[in-house]
Amino acid sequence: MDFIKDFFDFLKSQKKWWLIPVMLALIVLGLLLIFAESSAVSTFLYPIF
Amino acid sequence: MNIIGISSYYHDAAAALIADGNVIAAAQEERFSRIKSDSSFPIHSIDYCLKEAGLKLTDIDAFVFYEKPFLKFERLIETYFYLAPSGFISFVKSIPSWLKEKLFLKNEIKKHLKAYDSNCNWTKTKILFSSHHLSHAASAFFVSNFNNSAILTIDGVGEWATSSIALGQDNKITTLLEMRFPNSVGLLYSSFTYFLGFEVNNGEYKVMGLAPFAEDEDEQVIGFKRIITSNIVKIFEDGSIELNPFYFKYASSLKMIHEKRFELLLGIKKRRTNDAILKVHYCLAKALQLVLEDILIKMAIKAKQITGSNNLCLAGGVALNCVANGKLLESNEFDNIYVQPAAGDAGGALGAALSAHHMYYHIPRKYNASFDLMLGCKLGPSFALLTIENALKRCNLSYKKLSENELIQKTNDLLINGNIIGWYQGRMEFGPRALGSRSIIANPLMPNTLSDLNIKVKKREGFRPFAPIMLKEEFERLFGQKHDSIYMLFVHKILPKYRIKVPLYDDDIYRTVNLARSVLPAITHVDYSSRIQTVTESTNKLMYQLLVEFKKRTGFGVLVNTSFNIKDEPIVCTPEDAINCFLNTNIDALIIENYLIIK
Repeated sequence: MDFIKDFFDFLKSQKKWWLIPVMLALIVLGLLLIFAESSAVSTFLYPIF
Repeated sequence: MNIIGISSYYHDAAAALIADGNVIAAAQEERFSRIKSDSSFPIHSIDYCLKEAGLKLTDIDAFVFYEKPFLKFERLIETYFYLAPSGFISFVKSIPSWLKEKLFLKNEIKKHLKAYDSNCNWTKTKILFSSHHLSHAASAFFVSNFNNSAILTIDGVGEWATSSIALGQDNKITTLLEMRFPNSVGLLYSSFTYFLGFEVNNGEYKVMGLAPFAEDEDEQVIGFKRIITSNIVKIFEDGSIELNPFYFKYASSLKMIHEKRFELLLGIKKRRTNDAILKVHYCLAKALQLVLEDILIKMAIKAKQITGSNNLCLAGGVALNCVANGKLLESNEFDNIYVQPAAGDAGGALGAALSAHHMYYHIPRKYNASFDLMLGCKLGPSFALLTIENALKRCNLSYKKLSENELIQKTNDLLINGNIIGWYQGRMEFGPRALGSRSIIANPLMPNTLSDLNIKVKKREGFRPFAPIMLKEEFERLFGQKHDSIYMLFVHKILPKYRIKVPLYDDDIYRTVNLARSVLPAITHVDYSSRIQTVTESTNKLMYQLLVEFKKRTGFGVLVNTSFNIKDEPIVCTPEDAINCFLNTNIDALIIENYLIIK
């Protein structure tokens, strides 16, 4: 929660709202990458990356 | 008010502790982990800082990280967006570490500290973030004795800024101008460091040491300088620069430059690490050095214009370019120049703590009668005599315990007979320089000292010069300089009457470097220059006495002083580190406090 609050404060102070969709996309991508490292799903992700 | 500053995750991690505005302790993580330029979270350094002050983690009011991760992340994202699709591979490689660690730095710091001491109280202890260049600026200004000063910070890159000009007034620093990524003086220098076959972030000072082999007026130097300034970097009157993106790759890749484009432009091949060093290489190094000096002096003049101050504080990795610092000092643009001795990112830890103390908590500064608040840079650990004796016994070394007077006499006997000595005294230095606490010292009057030290002891490139440590009065007598240089941050040339005229041999720098160029051959580089450290009785009493006795016997109060380590290893920290280094090299004698060990 701390992170979300801090990041929101940062976006507000820097007026960089366009980073929100980028961050969301990156989090999804990041989660996929982390998940792919240690799971059977990696075989199916391989064609994507 | 106890504050710990932290720098980590990029290179040269460190921690620094200030208590009520006094600098108590600071150390780089590499000294404990024994991994050169270790960038991991500096938990050993934090542990040392707490023990030095007799504090617990719960006594700390704030931990301050030396830069702002969100701003840095924003710079990365914007840069990758701007340059897409090129940079995709670099993007994919760098993003996971951001999503796993760097972006959630507050949690990471808490996690590391919690593992160290589970009693951490996060309602009392704050975690704060200073900006990269503010940390550098604070590391110089708040420890200097100036209450008003222009501050110039120059390095590779922080968040967005690559250089800044600020005004320091009492406990406030106001940034007035910034130069932003991708235009960067530090990255320009690092790019050529790479092209010349040295390691980025570690080899810049080798390029600086290589440059003096060429003369300023050499046609090749002039040619290279013209090529650089008309194709690679545009230098404006205020010292700001614009790099030509056609030649650089660092914004979008893990490489610094487009090698082929550099080769075509400069007309030479990129030097590989083990290739011979030829005239073209040192002429290129010289041209680059001249470009850097031009930029630095222009920036300093601009800083003076917009701040109106006659004092200058310098920090950031580029401030470790002692040749440029010496030129700036000799230009007489400023009455006083203070350079933070740990000018690189390690010093950012100290600056982060100081910026929080003065600018977040608004606590007024303390001024004292000494040179600065850095305690002579002796901010690292020292070890009790019993610990040292036990270490010597464990290694089955026979040793003698000497009185202070015996130590001075015996050390001088050894030096005069040409012995190389490991000199280990008191608290370890903070920053990249050995300043007489963890040093190797030798006789500068002997012509073979330079090659013996480079090849037999340090096992490093034979062309590299050694620095002298000398009495302050010798600095004036031999170099004609009156200022203090207690942190070895300025290069000056020995006065003409002490020089010996010898030729430069093109394409044979090893033959050139081993010719005696002055009455002090081991510390006089090929252009008659030296990176000088001055000593007074108040800055280092034992070293002062040693130099006084050496002067009595030889006529010169000067010794060779180089860091107590070998190539690619951190400077020694503990007595065990010193003993290991002593046993594995051709150092003739080791002096740890007042214990003498002779091989």
